[in-house]
Amino acid sequence: MAETVDGIAFFLLAFASIGGAVMMLSTRNVVHAAFWLLEVMLATAGLYLLLDAEFLALVQALVYAGAVSVLVLFTIMLTLRRREDAVRPFEPGWGALALAALFGGAMLLAISRAQLPIGAMPASVPTTADFGRVLFTQWAVPFEIASLVLLVALVGAVWWSGGDRR
Amino acid sequence: MSPLAVSVLKVLACLGLMLANGVVMIWMLRKVLGHLHLRYGPLEMGPSGILQTTMDVLKLLTKEDVMPGAADKALFWLAPLAVFVPSLAAYAALPFSSTLRATSLDTGLLYTFAALSFVPLGILMAGWASGNKWSLLGGMRAAGQQIAYEVPLLLSVLPIVMLTGTTDLGRLVEAQSGVWAGFLPRWFIFDPLLWPTFLVFVVAALIESNQTPFDMSEAESELVAGFATEYSAMKFGLLFLSEFSNHFIISALAVTLFFGGWLLPWVPEGVSASLAPVTFILKTYVGIFVMMWIRGTFPRVRIDTLMELGWKRLIPISLALVVVMGIVIKAMPALARVVG
Repeated sequence: MAETVDGIAFFLLAFASIGGAVMMLSTRNVVHAAFWLLEVMLATAGLYLLLDAEFLALVQALVYAGAVSVLVLFTIMLTLRRREDAVRPFEPGWGALALAALFGGAMLLAISRAQLPIGAMPASVPTTADFGRVLFTQWAVPFEIASLVLLVALVGAVWWSGGDRR
Repeated sequence: MSPLAVSVLKVLACLGLMLANGVVMIWMLRKVLGHLHLRYGPLEMGPSGILQTTMDVLKLLTKEDVMPGAADKALFWLAPLAVFVPSLAAYAALPFSSTLRATSLDTGLLYTFAALSFVPLGILMAGWASGNKWSLLGGMRAAGQQIAYEVPLLLSVLPIVMLTGTTDLGRLVEAQSGVWAGFLPRWFIFDPLLWPTFLVFVVAALIESNQTPFDMSEAESELVAGFATEYSAMKFGLLFLSEFSNHFIISALAVTLFFGGWLLPWVPEGVSASLAPVTFILKTYVGIFVMMWIRGTFPRVRIDTLMELGWKRLIPISLALVVVMGIVIKAMPALARVVG
């Protein structure tokens, strides 16, 4: 019973994320594209949830769907001079197409060659507290490096957008 | 019963609570604001106008559903749902008593905030889809506000999480059971260390839930009705139902985090336990009353002052509070070891 429900949920979410990504790329309206991106992020959060990664799913929803996509939409709407500018014609360049085909081929090759590990789900689901303990003991150094990188990016963004007062 | 049926029933129960809350709150809003403004509010329908909201719902259901010509049709339809669904989802983790809640989540606090963080997206969607300058401005304000206030709101509850070591809403309430000095309930609101936290939380939460001194996305004195300008009939009804439900959720969160949730002090355990959901809902409505009181008292702030308050004051303050709390938590045991 539970496995059937999980299976159905997985196919729905997988369809939603891949379909959303395709729609995002194919829609001509940038605002619609941003909303499709949001949908893809949410579907990804749902996939994490199916894997019992509750914390990761929530952070995905909170940070990517809740904050990053708001930022994307905000930027799009701030930079659109007129409402009609949101709809752009499709201008495929041969170079871009060739690059996409090359990338797609390389990815396909890599995935088909790779030995994907088949992990077994642990008997008991780790809690958020367990997650925090591992993150701040075993993975403390990578965590600190990541936060340092983000800090540098933040300071850089502030410096860059300082304008004339610099 | 199969687990699927139970889940469906739970969702329906949350929906029922949300609808009932909408009806109660609209009546309450009119009466409370009316009396705050020295007028009566609705009087005609039923005693003290108690049936006014029911009539309003009937009116909304039978009104014409107008679709503006310049609207982005698909998004215009989707936006009320994009506001409504996260608002409904946020009920899932609220602890009405130690057992009565839709789901017991290890990360309940984070979940509720995640659900609430989608509401401005729906508002932005509504603002864009309406094809109207006022609406778009309202939507943009909602988004800008959210970017500015999401961070202080999340940071403001962090000291409590650090203190209790859990984000499970039920366990956060249990951490507040018992009394200090024989009579003062151990609610976090009575902990002087958490007073600044509470202030930051209240301001950020009022802004996040679009309450009136900060309802920049609606601001009827500047933007007609903001993001809701072009909406009519039940689409408008859905937008406002969600707004009222967000007020309930924010108030319920404040009750859970600071006012001891379902706990009732000074009474025997058994009485407190049997009255738990009633206590929780009553406390929540007291919180809503205070929110309405603020709404009826303070004039609306300006959007630029609001943004300044968020970025330049609340974010640094809430960061400092987290650091102070960390030092206190680590220093207290060390101090006790030195003294003892």
